[in-house]
Amino acid sequence: MFRPLILAMATAVVATAAQAEDVKIGMLQGFTGPTESLVKPMALGGELAMQEVSDSGLFLGGRKVVSIRGDSTCVDAAAATAAAERLVTSENVVGINGATCSGATTAVLNNVVRANGVVMISPSATSPALSTIDDGGYFFRTAPSDARQGEIIAKILDRRGIKSAALTYTNNDYGKGLADAIQAAYEKAGGKITAVAAHEDGKADYSAEVGALSAAGGDVLIVAGYLDQGGKGIIRASLDSGAFDKFILPDGMVGESLTDNFGTEIDGSIGTNPGTDSPGAGMLAELASAKDFKGDDPYVPEGYDASALLLLAMQSANSTDSAVYKDHIEKVANAPGEKIFPGELAKGLKILSEGGDIDYVGGSAVELIGPGESAGNFRETEVRNGKFETVKYH
Amino acid sequence: MELLNALALFANFVVVPATAYGAQLALGALGVTLIFGVLRFANFSHGELMSFGTMVTILATWFLQGQGIGIAPLPTALLALPVGIAVTVLMALATDRFVFRFYRRKRASPIVFAIVSVGVMFFLAGLIRIVIGPDDQSFADGARFIITAREFRELTGLKEGIALKQTQMFTLVIAVAVVAALFWFLQNTRAGKAMRAYSDNEDLALLSGINPERVVMIAWIITATLATVAGTLYGLDKTYKPFIFLQILLPIFAATIVGGIGQPVGAILGGFVVAYSEVMVTYAYKKLLAYLGPEGWAPEGLVQLLSTDYKFAVSFIILVVVLLIRPTGIVRGKVL
Repeated sequence: MFRPLILAMATAVVATAAQAEDVKIGMLQGFTGPTESLVKPMALGGELAMQEVSDSGLFLGGRKVVSIRGDSTCVDAAAATAAAERLVTSENVVGINGATCSGATTAVLNNVVRANGVVMISPSATSPALSTIDDGGYFFRTAPSDARQGEIIAKILDRRGIKSAALTYTNNDYGKGLADAIQAAYEKAGGKITAVAAHEDGKADYSAEVGALSAAGGDVLIVAGYLDQGGKGIIRASLDSGAFDKFILPDGMVGESLTDNFGTEIDGSIGTNPGTDSPGAGMLAELASAKDFKGDDPYVPEGYDASALLLLAMQSANSTDSAVYKDHIEKVANAPGEKIFPGELAKGLKILSEGGDIDYVGGSAVELIGPGESAGNFRETEVRNGKFETVKYH
Repeated sequence: MELLNALALFANFVVVPATAYGAQLALGALGVTLIFGVLRFANFSHGELMSFGTMVTILATWFLQGQGIGIAPLPTALLALPVGIAVTVLMALATDRFVFRFYRRKRASPIVFAIVSVGVMFFLAGLIRIVIGPDDQSFADGARFIITAREFRELTGLKEGIALKQTQMFTLVIAVAVVAALFWFLQNTRAGKAMRAYSDNEDLALLSGINPERVVMIAWIITATLATVAGTLYGLDKTYKPFIFLQILLPIFAATIVGGIGQPVGAILGGFVVAYSEVMVTYAYKKLLAYLGPEGWAPEGLVQLLSTDYKFAVSFIILVVVLLIRPTGIVRGKVL
């Protein structure tokens, strides 16, 4: 009974020893919990970039890159911290692609990243609070702050002549931050938020929440939640009771499972999520489809870009030491230099190793501003015939 | 016209959802109360038994859907319900045979039984997650609405619509049928009378030749049936998610205790009291008052007693109030 197990363990130890020269990158994402359906392609996107760099044979003199996965969950800060601790202290990762949600990211940043001095790039933590947090220069994000998304949503509502809206948000850092940003920007643009109500995820019935929101009225309902969780329940209850039939869906709500669920019932609803019409997005989508996942799903380009930036910065600094390569991240992400798109990482590595300069564009047209976060490109979508269709880019 | 609008609004957001929810709670509370009446302990595993029954029903529904068998426009789950009930009855009998019987023979105190039932609850919760996973499962098919809010508005010309879902209708019809059958069984059949005798005085019942194991078995069969029906109706009306059956346990216990523990009539009353309180306390009355008040006037705030965040607290408040004012619950007297 035990012998095969011991044998397997021994092999595992030998295998790890043989790969000691590999560069390990932590893939710290919310594999379980509210974001599980969002994260699957994100992690694959991040690992695609690692694979590409690894296969090029040009990375730091031909070193391989391996991804070590850790589950940050989304809502459990303690679990996220423990997973990050494991990645950093026992797996010895030299950089982290993660975490997924803002709350988990903040916890990891405060407890693990700063304490151990490891660079972390989040592809999807969008809380405005992360812009001002003291990160010691170790934290970056390829996703824009929600403050930016709030402005975009206000602009869309204004352009479409929607004068009043009710607002509900998932009761966590992400939801609250986004809701505040939307409310502030929308009211500044002259709109009226009739009611703001938080909802808890993981309940079966949201008719009470919807009842309260509907009493306040409004042309549309803004649902700053998660498509697999309370956000879905809120929409279900709204449609069932006839309270609202048009919804504004920020990034956490944009995904296929939502349209699979509601189909044409939510036609006319508007979604926003990070996205760009730069050629990079299409190139990534092609790369991803060869690996059987969707490269244009929410945050997949950001996931790819987070890995790519980590590795390119290491190449630029010629070091895997976080304290050294952290100063190279903005250098490889921004102009001047040769533009690098998805699938061209080998070219980027080559230029860097020859002492040249690159401007990484990637799948999300990433441009790092201020405290090391993406300036953000947003895609406005509208549900037509039960499918999200791109309207325009902001 | 304004008055009709107000009525429609109230019906749509309070009466219809609260009635369906109340019926679901009542069915759950009946199961808890029945086990208390016969076996004299608070069965904490009841929520997970509901979840288990629903899970089996869902699996059977998927099988039927895969075979292309359906009873459209009615939900396929109704056809699958007997399978769910049968398997859940077996599961309930198995837990009784392997867990509860041991403690019954030792004549363990009710508190030991209650703790044991918590253990059974965790076991069932784990089993459910292994079989169907922790995710949401939608299994409602067939026509969703009897009438949608928009159709109602167009039909009546009112500004407010009343949406009535097929599942809400079913919940009520099935709940009424099940409750009627249960009362008929307890009052008129030999087994029902034996059960009431056993509940009233165990030793006396034994002396009159009532087989206690048989009474216990019947109690579990009825409980498992009620649990499966309640869980499936709840799942059809809302959504099936294993986690919520832990949460729904609280309002079910509140309903049981409010009605008077061990009292079937009380369980039903309790279910509706808890459901209506939850919905009415957290409803925002702004629009309703705007209809009822003078033309063009509307209250400034939302006129909401408690924020919806505190929905579950309502069950607690009711529990505390009942225990303080009327510890026996609404219905007093002998149990069952």
